[in-house]
Amino acid sequence: MSMPSAGINIENAWLDAFVGVIVIVGLMTVVVMALIYIERKVAARMQNRLGPMRVGPHGTLQSLADALKLIGKEDLRPATADRWIFELAPFAVFVPTFLAFIAIPFTQNLAISFLDLGLFYVVAVTGLSFLGFLLAGWASDNKYALLGGMRAAAQLISYEVPLVLSLLAVSMVAGSLALHEIVEFQGRVPLVVWQPLAFFIFIAAVLAELERQPFDIPTAESEVVGGPFIEYSGIRWSMFFLASYASLFIYSLLGAIVFLGGWNWPLGAEAGLWLQLIWTFAKTSLLILLFIWIRFSFPRLRIDQLMSYCWKVLIPLSFLQIFLNGLVLVYGWPHIFLLLTSGAGLALAGYIIARVGQTEPRKVRLIPVRGGRKATASLTAPEGAEGGSSA
Amino acid sequence: MTVAQGVFYLIAALAVTGGLGVVLMRSAVHAALFLILAMLAVAGLYILLASEFLALVQVLIYGGAVTVLLIFALMLTRASDLPETMVGSQWPLAAVVSSLLGGLLIAAVATSNWPGDVGETTLVPFEVLGDALFRRWAVPFEIASLVLLVALVGAIVLSHQDEGE
Repeated sequence: MSMPSAGINIENAWLDAFVGVIVIVGLMTVVVMALIYIERKVAARMQNRLGPMRVGPHGTLQSLADALKLIGKEDLRPATADRWIFELAPFAVFVPTFLAFIAIPFTQNLAISFLDLGLFYVVAVTGLSFLGFLLAGWASDNKYALLGGMRAAAQLISYEVPLVLSLLAVSMVAGSLALHEIVEFQGRVPLVVWQPLAFFIFIAAVLAELERQPFDIPTAESEVVGGPFIEYSGIRWSMFFLASYASLFIYSLLGAIVFLGGWNWPLGAEAGLWLQLIWTFAKTSLLILLFIWIRFSFPRLRIDQLMSYCWKVLIPLSFLQIFLNGLVLVYGWPHIFLLLTSGAGLALAGYIIARVGQTEPRKVRLIPVRGGRKATASLTAPEGAEGGSSA
Repeated sequence: MTVAQGVFYLIAALAVTGGLGVVLMRSAVHAALFLILAMLAVAGLYILLASEFLALVQVLIYGGAVTVLLIFALMLTRASDLPETMVGSQWPLAAVVSSLLGGLLIAAVATSNWPGDVGETTLVPFEVLGDALFRRWAVPFEIASLVLLVALVGAIVLSHQDEGE
C-alpha cells in the first residue's frame, strides 16, 4: 500500500485521478454548505435567536441560495491590483485544502488513496495554504489586506509547528505515519486517552490554523476590516470561504481519525461499512461542534498574545510531550505511564493558562519608527540602556 | 508512451517553465512564485522516482518554509521599488559564466553512460532513513542543527541591534 508511483497501475490512471477530483469537489461542496447552515443555526441557538428560517423548511436551503447569489455577483478587481496574483490567490488557498483530502481514510476500505506517509502528507500539503493568504493580501494593493496577509502568514507558520509536533507525538505512540495504521492502533483505546496534552495542543493549533475565533486575527473586522479578502467579491471571495470551511472539515476529520479512534473505536474494524462511516462522521461532527462552540464563547486575542501563546506555551509543551513519549516508549514502560505523564503535562498547561488569566495585562511597548524622528526615541527606554544591552 | 512517461514530461515541463519564469519575470514577487512552481515540480519528480518521503519534505521545506522567507523579504523590503533592470552592467561576464556552466552540464549529460533500463527499483522505507539519520549519523545531524540554531540566534541579535539604534 504505497504511493501510486513509478510503476503505476493501468491506462486508467488519468481516469482514476479524474474521478477522485470529481468525488472530492462534489463532497466538499455539499459538506461546506451543510457546515455553514449548521454553524449559523448553532450560533443562533447560543445567541437565543432563530437563525436562517426563510428559505426552505427551517432555512435549510439558505446556503444554496447564498451560493447562487455569490456566483451571480460581479467579480471585481481593483485597478491597481496585481492582476495575475490577485486571480491566482484564491486557488492557492483552495487547492491545498482539497489535496489533503486524498490521503484521509473514511473507513477501513474507503479512501481516495491509502498512503504510508498519510499524516505527513496532510501536514505538508495543508502547510502550503499560507501562500494564498499572503498573495491575496499583497496583490490587492490595499494596506489592510497586506497587514492581514502578513498576519495570516505569521500565524499559520507559527502554529504549524505545535500542530506538527502534537501529531508527531501521537504517531510516536502509534508507531506509524499511515493514517489507517494509526486508526488500527486505536482498536481498544483511542489515542486521546494516552495523549491528552497532545490533543489539547492539536485543538489549539487547529483553531489558529483555521483562523477562527478566538484566533481570527488575520481577518479581524475591527482591526483589518476582513484582512486579505477585503478586495475580493463574488465567486473568488466565496472560494476563500469554501476553503475555510473545507479545512474546518478536514482538520476535524483528522482529529477524529488520529485522536478519537476513527472508525475503529469502540465497535472495532469488523463493523460494517456504513457503521464505520457513521462513527467517523459522528466524531468529526463532535469536533466541528466543539470548534463552533469555542468560536462563539471566547473574545479575540491580540496578535502579540497569540504569538507568545504559540512560542512560549504550546511549542515547549509539545516538546515536553515528545520527550515524555520518548522516555516511556524507549524504556518500554506500560501505556498507563503515557496517560500519567501526558495528563500531568495537561495540568501544567491548565495552570499556565489560569495564571495568565489572573495577571495584569502586559503593557505593549511602542517601538519607534526606524530611522524616523528622534523625538520618538524618548518614548521607550533611555537610549544608553538600549545601546548598552545590545553591545 | 506509458503513463509514467507522460507524467514525467508534464512535470519536467512545469519545472523548466518555473525555472525560466524565475529568470525572465520582471517583478520579483512573480519570480518567487515561479520558483515555488519549480520546487513543487521537483517534488513531483521525486514522487515519480518512488521516494515519497523526499517529495513531502521538499513540499514542506521548500514549498512552505523557504518560500515564505523569500516572499516575506520581497514584500517587506523595498525590492519592488528598485529599477526593473533585466540586463545589468556585468552581463558579458554573466553570459560567459553561464554558457560555460551550461556547456559543462550538456557535455556531462551527453558523455555519461546512462543505464537504459534500471529494472527493479529499490524502495528505501523511511524507517531505514530515520534509523540511519538518528543512530549512525546522529552526530553530524546534531552538528547541522546546531549550525542552524547559531544562524537563528545571530539573526535575532542582528535584528535587535537594528531596533536599538
